[in-house]
Amino acid sequence: MSERENILGRIREALKVPAPLPGSHGDAPIHAATAAPASHAREWLPAVGASSAEQFALFAKNAADLKADFQLLASAAEMRAALAALRDREGWQRVATHSGGLTDAICPVLSLPLLRTDRPYDVQELEQCDAGISECDALIAQTGGVAVTSRSAGGRALSVLPPHHVVLARREQLVADLPAAFALLQQKYAGNYPSMISFITGPSRTGDIERILVLGAHGPKRLTILCF
Amino acid sequence: MSTFVSDFKAHATEKAGDLRHRKVISTALRSYEVVRDKRKAAFQSWESARQAAAETKWEAVNHLDTHLESLVAKLEARGTKVHWASTGAQAREIIAQILRDKKARCIIKSKAMTSEEIHLNDALEKEGFTVVESDLGEFIVQLRHEPPYHIVFPSMHLTRGEIKDLFQKELGDAPSDSPEDLTMVARRVMRQKYITADVGFTGGNFAIAETGMISITENEGNARLTAALPKTMVTLIGIEKVLPRFADLALFLPMLATAGAGQPMTCYNTMYSGPRQPGECDGPEEWHVVLLDNRRTELLADAEQRDALHCIRCGACLNVCPIFRNVGGHTYGTTYSGPVGAVITPHLRGLQEWKHLSNASSLCGACTEACPVKIDLHHHLLQNRRNASASQPAFFEKLAYQLFGIVANEPAFWSLAKKIGWLTQPLQRAVKGSALDPAKAWTKTRDLPPQPLESFKDWWRNRK
Repeated sequence: MSERENILGRIREALKVPAPLPGSHGDAPIHAATAAPASHAREWLPAVGASSAEQFALFAKNAADLKADFQLLASAAEMRAALAALRDREGWQRVATHSGGLTDAICPVLSLPLLRTDRPYDVQELEQCDAGISECDALIAQTGGVAVTSRSAGGRALSVLPPHHVVLARREQLVADLPAAFALLQQKYAGNYPSMISFITGPSRTGDIERILVLGAHGPKRLTILCF
Repeated sequence: MSTFVSDFKAHATEKAGDLRHRKVISTALRSYEVVRDKRKAAFQSWESARQAAAETKWEAVNHLDTHLESLVAKLEARGTKVHWASTGAQAREIIAQILRDKKARCIIKSKAMTSEEIHLNDALEKEGFTVVESDLGEFIVQLRHEPPYHIVFPSMHLTRGEIKDLFQKELGDAPSDSPEDLTMVARRVMRQKYITADVGFTGGNFAIAETGMISITENEGNARLTAALPKTMVTLIGIEKVLPRFADLALFLPMLATAGAGQPMTCYNTMYSGPRQPGECDGPEEWHVVLLDNRRTELLADAEQRDALHCIRCGACLNVCPIFRNVGGHTYGTTYSGPVGAVITPHLRGLQEWKHLSNASSLCGACTEACPVKIDLHHHLLQNRRNASASQPAFFEKLAYQLFGIVANEPAFWSLAKKIGWLTQPLQRAVKGSALDPAKAWTKTRDLPPQPLESFKDWWRNRK
């Protein structure tokens, strides 16, 4: 018999005895388990305002708490200017990105050699890049984070190997909360998910030395989110 | 007395009197409590969220067979190789065989308590593989050749000065003792290792049955890199990690972050559903997922304590436990320490040898209150005590309670015992805490309150 059958057999044997429902210590069950108990998560998670203005304000506040740089811009032209300003401030020599509606429209303003990670690329070259510029699937007001995937954001390494991750997003990509973000991903990808989906909430960090916050532990030290 | 008990007692005594240890731990955990309470308060209803999380894990664990079958079918449909391991030895052999097949030399690891549980690093190093821990805290304790102090904060017991000296000695690189500088040393050391390692190894926080995904939670980005750059990826998870639905993560990710570290969300929460797929340009060509039982099915068979398998390893019960804070993580001598470790270790490693952990508790219930999935931790500690004494009663303890029963049930005996107690207490005071004192385990560090001549009952009867 395979180990699979051994383990599943032990599980089925063990489950012949029912376990009390949670929260029912010492008594009969308080109530029957509801179907999909987490499906009402929106009612319990941190509150999010209903209007778009409130949600952008919340996103901006959360991003600032996380030490991410969020810039809400008026147009594609402003986004180009903001990206060029980052290049000048940090002295970028080489950046990496991927093909996409926004990246293709905005990145040429840099006039820098662009490494593309949505086609075969050399990892050592990516490691030498000053920034990784990607699109995303959603901005989440509730957390101040973004959701990216291996399909929509230039693979697995672009958003985490270079020292500065720049996200280019459109206003309509803002969702209120985590349940909305999961619903969006399900709607967009169900049946054929990208091999990696990542919720990025602020730049890489650690508190492993005396619980003191340090940014850029292994991933990007800086996270910039440009949105118009 | 087994060596586990005597080691525990010796280390607990030493740590409880170690003022430096006390200071380091209380500083680290005081800030944890402040930020965690702030994040909990941001929830519209933390209590409802806890109940829903508990019910979701109940559903997952009580239909574990069907959820695992769904998880595995979905993983395999996308080209992931799934392995089943009943024991730690089997899991070690499966992983070592993958490394041999790949002719691997260097393995980069992100943090995984399951790998600590099966002592994976030792086994792989004995076979000549180089194993590099990439999580900063794990990297630090690996350099010190010691196990993690805490399941979430592995190097919580060390000061920056000690870490600076360690880096200077082991790496020859420690510009200062600032956490920033020390973190950058680790970053520099690790960068090329991600790129040159043959195999990336990870654990997992949740396994989604509905979609066939493993979700990994981390702050540093080391797991993201480990799962992005090496050609082969190996993931080891316990079978109890399942969640039924993809959308359940919308609740569990912020709860894990809040309970574990007082964060609204951990920095990277990443769901992997396969190796590199057609059209993708990076990520591993092969992904092996190893599902580990290692006596979890024995805990599953105990319906009374089955909810201990709901544990999401957030570490909240360790952080609030007065015993953990006094005796420290290493004293337990187990992979999983603190209240949840005291509950599950007897199931995973043997009740009689590990029952002492269930006695090292004040039963204050802080753990149960802190648990985001409502595991009935302090009652499980009592159940472990009951089970241990039922299966192997201690002779003298049993005799003492029988005698006490006889004396307490007979007013004449009780009255006599009170008089003997009053008459002999000056003798006890003379030998207090010494080898001659029958209660020395208690009185060595405490005073026995003096027994008054007149009992409450006498006073009540004689009052005017």
